[in-house]
Amino acid sequence: MSNADAHSGITHSGIIGRPINRVGGPERVDGTYRYVGDIKIPNVLHTRLVHLDCGRARIHSVDTSAALQMPGVRAILSGKELPASVKRFGPANRDRPILAIDETTFHGEPVAIVAADTVWAAAQGAAAVVVDYQELPGIYTVEDALAPGAALVQDPALRPNSAYKETNILNEWKFGWGAVDSAEADLVVENDYTFPMMTQFAIEPFTYAVEPTSDGITVYSAIQHPNYLQRVIAEFLDMPLSRVRVIAPDPGGAFGGKQHAKFEPLLAYLALRIGRPLRLELTLEESFQAARRTSAQAHIRTGFQRNGTLVFQDVEINYLIGAYEDIAGRLVAKGSYAGGGGPYRIPNVRILARGVFSNTVPSTAMRGFGLPQMNWPVECQIDEAARELGIDPVELRMKNLPEYGEVFMPQDPPADGRWAETLRKGADAIGWGKPLPPGRGRGISMGLKLGPTTGASYAIVRLHGDGSATVLAGTSDMGQGARTVYTQIAAHELGLSPQRIMVVMGDTQGVPFDLQTSASRSAVFMGNAVLRACRDVARQVQELAAEHYKADAVIVEPGTVEVGGQRKTFDQVMTDRFSKVKGEVIGSGSARAEYDETHPLNGRPAFYEVTCTAVEIEVDKETGVMVFHKLVTVADVGRALNSQHVAMQDDGGAIQGLGHTVMEQYFMDDRGRVRNLGALDYRIPTTMDTPRELISLHVENGDGPGPYGAKGAAEGGILAVSPAVAAAVCAATGAMIRELPLTPQRIWEALHT
Amino acid sequence: MAGQLIPITLTVNGTTCRSEVPPHLTLLEFLRDTLNLTGSKRCCGEGECGACTAIMNGEAVNTCLILAAEADGSDLITVEGLSAMPYGARLQQTFLDQGAVQCGFCTPGMVVAAQYLLMNNPDPTPDEIREGLSGNLCRCTGYARIVEAVMGAAGDE
Repeated sequence: MSNADAHSGITHSGIIGRPINRVGGPERVDGTYRYVGDIKIPNVLHTRLVHLDCGRARIHSVDTSAALQMPGVRAILSGKELPASVKRFGPANRDRPILAIDETTFHGEPVAIVAADTVWAAAQGAAAVVVDYQELPGIYTVEDALAPGAALVQDPALRPNSAYKETNILNEWKFGWGAVDSAEADLVVENDYTFPMMTQFAIEPFTYAVEPTSDGITVYSAIQHPNYLQRVIAEFLDMPLSRVRVIAPDPGGAFGGKQHAKFEPLLAYLALRIGRPLRLELTLEESFQAARRTSAQAHIRTGFQRNGTLVFQDVEINYLIGAYEDIAGRLVAKGSYAGGGGPYRIPNVRILARGVFSNTVPSTAMRGFGLPQMNWPVECQIDEAARELGIDPVELRMKNLPEYGEVFMPQDPPADGRWAETLRKGADAIGWGKPLPPGRGRGISMGLKLGPTTGASYAIVRLHGDGSATVLAGTSDMGQGARTVYTQIAAHELGLSPQRIMVVMGDTQGVPFDLQTSASRSAVFMGNAVLRACRDVARQVQELAAEHYKADAVIVEPGTVEVGGQRKTFDQVMTDRFSKVKGEVIGSGSARAEYDETHPLNGRPAFYEVTCTAVEIEVDKETGVMVFHKLVTVADVGRALNSQHVAMQDDGGAIQGLGHTVMEQYFMDDRGRVRNLGALDYRIPTTMDTPRELISLHVENGDGPGPYGAKGAAEGGILAVSPAVAAAVCAATGAMIRELPLTPQRIWEALHT
Repeated sequence: MAGQLIPITLTVNGTTCRSEVPPHLTLLEFLRDTLNLTGSKRCCGEGECGACTAIMNGEAVNTCLILAAEADGSDLITVEGLSAMPYGARLQQTFLDQGAVQCGFCTPGMVVAAQYLLMNNPDPTPDEIREGLSGNLCRCTGYARIVEAVMGAAGDE
């Protein structure tokens, strides 16, 4: 994308960077914000899903006769009775049926849906549906899936053009450069690492409603990508995009889990079939069965010279995905490609990454998008080498970080930040090298994530007759603060106070297209679109001022025009112009990333998101319990559009990372059933698990492609937590553990067996 | 369920409410669906996440674990009534000022739990705040700013 607007001489001052409070905050602290589940739809029927208590099964029959007699039950649809004309859906390959037809392919895949007058009646009806089924052996691990002669998870007919259709491999990606086999290393570190199956666990469970209308259909979903969902529904129903309206209230947390359609197509089909609006609110247990992060197993060999210089990286990584592709193709490719080298200069890299189908909960995006799984082994290897070579881990990393502007991946943009500054800041903040009491240890780690390689964001800014403004931007504000930074950009560009600006999102009928809310893109892509729309408004105000006052008009600073020797704010110009004959000024702006077929990912990243995480922990060797004294995150964000919001994102990313590092994992039995569904048995960090000190810092050199030099933020904080903590455990106890999470049991076993 | 409606009378945020409820209806469902007070949120439905926290007869409760029929005769404060409480408005402001609100889905339950904490301990230490809010899950913030927000609202009202 072009940097032209980002560096066009507008100095960053005033409201840009200032830690103004979250826009949308007041209605969240008083409970009046209406999330999707808070919207009441007249005449709605409530639905419940029917699923089976096993990982995989053949469905013989579904008997709905008793359930249909239950009070309040209005309709039941089973996969068995779906007409063959009903399409499958999916964000990439359309491989997923709206209900299981002949076979369930994972624990929790619905076989039927019951619609009733109340939630209670729907639940009673769902319990009365009788499914005659035969439990089948399933594929639940990478080893099962790749074993010779393994049963196929997915019917080859669902991907007729895939070279891998007769296997459980979605695809294999091979990336790299240099010549690993002929590279000469003094030290080769070789290990296996695992990353657990865990879930996004947004506090808002998945909730949907669909309402057929006289002119089309309205879908309510707390989706991260309203326009993507609109397209999926339009294709599924053979309707024009203009007839499909997606209303997407701000999600109550998403973290990647709410990127793509799940049960919206099912509700749309049934709502049209019976001519009633439908609503579905998943339980938290069902939400756990609707989305998870992709688990992974890596085998990695890393070569070093005696002086610590990295010589080669040789990685084989298998990402275990669910029974349907969802967005796994993109996730495995992008995650493994960038992670192979991390933020380091490595002359020889070889990556072999696979997506592997299994009969497990559908895997999808989660914060970090495939990178935490890769960053975990890569960074642990560096610490292992540091120990073997007797080199300080900070110095070893320093030695291998590329200089600003240095090409470190041959087909990608050069290093776009002063990453040594990021590492040094992290080391200083954790007190690296200072003496520690016994039982304590420190660890430090880096993380790199490619910014977005695709993008298409469009914004409209309306400057109203009274000088206030409405910004239309199709990003989803799921807590990252997109409303706040767009308000700040518009306030700066139009010379308005934030209170005079309203940001409208989440309704495809009125808000222009945004490709998606992901990959830490929204400050950069939609931010630039909003900025350009504001400048389009400014140009028009300038013309309007010249015309109205019949004098030459010049923009002298954002939001101020000089006309006939007098300075006037946009506000004054608008009021003067539109006091009698009403009207407004409408500006538009866009930002895109173009397809590049020469690049392994079909697009070069808009920026790099680089982070340093440093921790100080204490381990009780008798119990394996770990206490977190301090966790520091340092993120290179180019320019913080709102310094507090950046720190809020890094705080949150760090504690999510701490979750998969020390406690979060699905426990699956040998029948493929997840045994710890829900908040009681699956633990995420609480106030009692967080570090005594949580510190989030950033590096700002104004060198990003976004407004005023911003880069993306919000995912970096999660990348490097696990390796930093593992290094700290090793420093405190001498035990190096390569399986996540680092539970007290694993630590105790490492120390006592 | 048919026919078994139970009459209840309770005070919600200072207003007397009379209704007839089915025996299985939870207090959370009654608040959200009958009274249209949707500030209390449903997440886990088993008393683990705290998103539905309200103050009932002076005690913080998970409304998902209480039947509406059991709440007969009680005095209830939900997030919608918080600003009239001794620390309510101050907590709401410090949550905003400290950056303790991201997606906001846990926030209503969190500020109500904080209100209960400060009512019973006006000058808590950070450890006491952590313990007091340990029944409220947040997936966005990492909690540190929430603890700071409660510290900021503490002290004599």
